[in-house]
Amino acid sequence: MAGLTQFGNDLYTGVKSIDFIKRRRLWYLISGLAVIVSVVLPTLVLPSVGRGFQFGIEFTGGSEFTVSGSSRYADDELAKQAVQSVTGPSVEPLIARVGQTGVRIQTSQLDPTGGATTNSDRVAEALATAYGVPYPGDDERGVSSSFIGPTWGADISGSAIRGLVIFLVLVAVVMAVYFRTWKMSVAGLIALFHDLIITAGVYGIIGFEITPAAVIGFLTILGYSLYDTVVVFDKIRENTSSMGEHPSRTFSETVNLAVNQTLVRSINTSIVGLLPIASILFIGTTLLGAGTLRDISLALFIGIIVGTYSTVFIAAPLYVDLRSTEPRVKALDRRALEARAHA
Amino acid sequence: MAKTTSPLRHARRALTGLLVLLIAGFALNGVGVLVAPGNDFATKSEAFFPKLGLDLVGGTQIILQAQTETGRPPTGDQLSQSVAIIRQRAAAGGSPDAQISTSGTSNIVVSLPGTPSQATINSVRESARMDFRPVLVTGAAPTASAGSQQGAYTPPASLAATPSVSPTSGSDLNQVTPYLQDLYLNYRCDADQQNGNGNAPADRPLVTCSDDGSAKYLLGPVEVPGTSISNATSGIATTSTGATTGQWVVNLSFNGTGTRQFAAISERLVALTGAQNQFAIVLDGRVISAPTMNAAITDGRAQISGNFTETSAKQLADQLKFGALPIQFAVQSQQSISATLGSSQLTAGLIAGLIGLILVFGYALFQYRVLGFVILASLGISAVLTFIVLDFLSWRQGYRLSLAGVTGIIVSIGITADSFIVYFERIRDELREGRGLEGAVETGWRRARRTVLASDAVNLLAAGVLYVLAIGDVRGFALTLGLSTIIDVVVVVLFSHPVLQILARRPFFADGHRLSGLDPNALGAVYRGRGQFRAPALAGGGRAQRSTGEAQRRQTIAERKAAEQQSRSTGKDDR
Repeated sequence: MAGLTQFGNDLYTGVKSIDFIKRRRLWYLISGLAVIVSVVLPTLVLPSVGRGFQFGIEFTGGSEFTVSGSSRYADDELAKQAVQSVTGPSVEPLIARVGQTGVRIQTSQLDPTGGATTNSDRVAEALATAYGVPYPGDDERGVSSSFIGPTWGADISGSAIRGLVIFLVLVAVVMAVYFRTWKMSVAGLIALFHDLIITAGVYGIIGFEITPAAVIGFLTILGYSLYDTVVVFDKIRENTSSMGEHPSRTFSETVNLAVNQTLVRSINTSIVGLLPIASILFIGTTLLGAGTLRDISLALFIGIIVGTYSTVFIAAPLYVDLRSTEPRVKALDRRALEARAHA
Repeated sequence: MAKTTSPLRHARRALTGLLVLLIAGFALNGVGVLVAPGNDFATKSEAFFPKLGLDLVGGTQIILQAQTETGRPPTGDQLSQSVAIIRQRAAAGGSPDAQISTSGTSNIVVSLPGTPSQATINSVRESARMDFRPVLVTGAAPTASAGSQQGAYTPPASLAATPSVSPTSGSDLNQVTPYLQDLYLNYRCDADQQNGNGNAPADRPLVTCSDDGSAKYLLGPVEVPGTSISNATSGIATTSTGATTGQWVVNLSFNGTGTRQFAAISERLVALTGAQNQFAIVLDGRVISAPTMNAAITDGRAQISGNFTETSAKQLADQLKFGALPIQFAVQSQQSISATLGSSQLTAGLIAGLIGLILVFGYALFQYRVLGFVILASLGISAVLTFIVLDFLSWRQGYRLSLAGVTGIIVSIGITADSFIVYFERIRDELREGRGLEGAVETGWRRARRTVLASDAVNLLAAGVLYVLAIGDVRGFALTLGLSTIIDVVVVVLFSHPVLQILARRPFFADGHRLSGLDPNALGAVYRGRGQFRAPALAGGGRAQRSTGEAQRRQTIAERKAAEQQSRSTGKDDR
C-alpha cells in the first residue's frame, strides 16, 4: 500500500508528474499503428492464409451438439461417423473437448430440404447412440443440441449495431450537456472507437471465435470505456474550471495534473474491474472450455485494459488538442507562461 | 441546526432508510412465497429464490421468427396472439412451465425447461394443424371432480379397436369400436387427457374436447384439411335483398380441392340428423367450433353463423385463415442444454463470482486497509439488494436469471467497487489538502457524488439501450448490468457514505490510525487543522530538488482561493 499511496501523494502534490499530454504525439502514433494493424491484419492479410475473424455458428448458421457424461469422450472418430451417417461424407464436423469429459461437435448448416431442424435432431440421435448416452439428456449424461438458422446471426448483429449507433448519439448528447462542451464528447467517443477497434482486432488476429457472448462483451466495453473516461474528465473539468483568469499553469498542464491526480484511481479501478473478469475468464476456460463465460470475459478483459489506456493516453490529450485552438484557452496559456517568466 | 450533528443525523437517517428498504423488499418477496402454488416446504422455499434460465437448469430454447409476406414486422397484436397460442400448445404438450415471450419486433422465444418430448418441441415449432372432421357422437364434458385423477385414461387393451364392419363413409357409426366407445365414455377434458391430440393421425377417428372444455366429441377422420381454406373473414350477415341482419358471421371460402372436399362432406352431413349433422373445426387437436350443416355447399363458399360477437367472429375467422397462428413462423434457432451442462455452468459462474469477490476484497484491504471492510460490506448490501430485485422480477415478471445475467452481476462487482474507489480517493485528496477527516468526508463526498452519478448515468444508458434493442442473451446481461448500476448508486448514497460519516468520528479513523487507510501523514497532508502548517512532505532530498518547480506551481485549496479572489479583485480594478 505504502508504495502506491506514496506514488498517489507524489502525483497529487506534483512531486512526481508524468507527462501524458506533452508526449501525446507518441501516444497517437502508437495507437494509430495499433488501430491500423487491428483493421488491416485480420481483414486484408490474415484471410489470405485462411485466418482472420472467426465467426461462431450463431453467425454462420449451423448445428452444435454437446455430448456429456460419456466414457468414450476421447474418440473423435465416433462423432465424425455419427454425423456423416446422417449427412453424408460432405459435412466435416468440428470436434472439440469441453470441460473434463464433454465433447462439442459443430457442423455447417445441415441440408434444409429435409428440414434443417429435423436433420439436426437425427444427428443428435446418432451421436447419442454412438456415445451411448440418451437424447435428450438427463441430469447426468446426454446430448445437447443447438440449431441456428442462417439469419439469426444477422439479426443479433443488426440489433447490436442499431443499439451501438443509438447509444453513441445519446451518450454524446449526455456528455456534452453534463460537461457543457461537445469537445469532451468527441474526445471520449474517439477513444471509445479506438478501444472497440483494437479489441475486435485482437479477436481477429488471434483468431478467437466471435460469438453472441463476445458481442455482449464488446457492447459492455462501450459502457466501461466511457465510464472510465467520464471519471477522469470530471476531474479535468473540475481543475480547468477553477483555473481562474490568471492561472499558474497552462491549460495542458492543468489537464495533465488532473490525469496524474486520478491516475491512482485509474490503476485501482482497472485492477478491481479486471480481478472478477480474470476470475471468470480463468474459471470459464478451465472448468467449462469454450462458452458464454469465457467469451464475455475475454472481450471485457482486453477492452478494460485498452479502455484504461485510451482514457489517459488518448482521450485527455485529444481534449487538449481540441481546446487549445480556442482564443480563451490561448489567452490563459499566454498569461500562465508570462507569469512564470516573471517569477 | 448545529453543524457538527448534521452529518451524523443524516447518516443515521440514511441507514434507517436502507434498513426499511431491505425489510420491505424481503417482506414483499415473502408475500410472493406465501402466494406461490404448492403447500410443501420445498416448493415454497423454491419460490424464495430467483428462477433460473434454461442455460442454467437445462432445457430447450426455440427462437421463432415471424415470416410476413411484406417482410415488415408483424403487429404487436399478432405477436401476442401467437404467444398465447404457443403457450397453450406447450402446456398441452406437458410443459406448463414453458416460458414464451416476444423478443424484438418479430421474434418469439420459447423456453421449455427440463427435457421436453420431441412431440412437444414439434408442436411448438411447427405451424398448427387445423382440420375439418365429421362429428359422430357428442355430449357434455364430465364435471371437474371427475377429472381429478392423474394421467390420461386408456381403455383396456382387450376391447376391440378395429371396426367389425368396414365403414362406408367418415360419418359411419361403425367406426365407433368398443375401444373408442369406452375411451369416449371415460374421457376427461383436462391437459393430461388432451396430450398428443394435436398430432393425432388424420385417417383415424379422434376423441377430444371443445377448446373451452365444455363438451366432448367423438370425431371421424379428417375430411377437409385446413390448407384447403383459401380465405376466411368475419362480417355482418346480409339477407338476399342486401339488408343486414345484425348477426355476426364467419365467411369461408375454399380452394379448388377444398371446394370438392367440402361439397362432399356437406352433401352427406345435411342428410344426417343429430350430432352427425355437425362438422367439427379442429385446431391443435381441440374443437374450436362445431356448426351444423344446414345446406349442401358446392360453390366453396360457406357461412358459419351462431352466437358470435364481433370479437369471437373475428377470432374464429383468424384461426381459420392462419391455421392456429395469425402469422407464419420459421425456426431461427433451437438450442437444447442438458441439465448437467446447465448446473456446471451455474457452479462455474458462482465459483468465478466468489473468487472475483475475494480478489477484490483482498485488493481493497491492501489498498485501503480497514476501509476495505466498508467496500466488502457495501458489496454485500449490493448483493442482497440485487437478490431482492431479481427475486421480485422473477415473481412478478417471470424473469429468469441466465448465465449472461450472472456474468453481468460479476462484471458489475468491479463497477460497484469503483464508486468506492472514486469516493475514497476524493477523501484522500481532501486529506492531502489538509482538511480534517470529517470535513474531508463531506467535501470529498460532494465531489465524488457528481462523478459517480455521471459515470453511472453513462453505464445505465449503455445498459438501457442494450436492453431495449437487443435480443436473446444480451437482454439478460443488460438487465443485470443496469440493475447493478442503479443499486450501486443506492448503496453509495444510503450505506457507504453514511457509514463513513459515522466512522469519521471514531478516533481510529479521525486520528488517522496507520491501518485506517486514511492516515494524513501517509497521505502527505501539507497542513493539519486550522492554521497548523506542517512542512510540505518532501522527504527524498534529490527527488524533491528536481521537482520543486512543479511543486511550487501546485497550490493548496486555500492558496488557490486566495489567488482567485485576488485575480477577481484585480479584474474589478481593471474596469
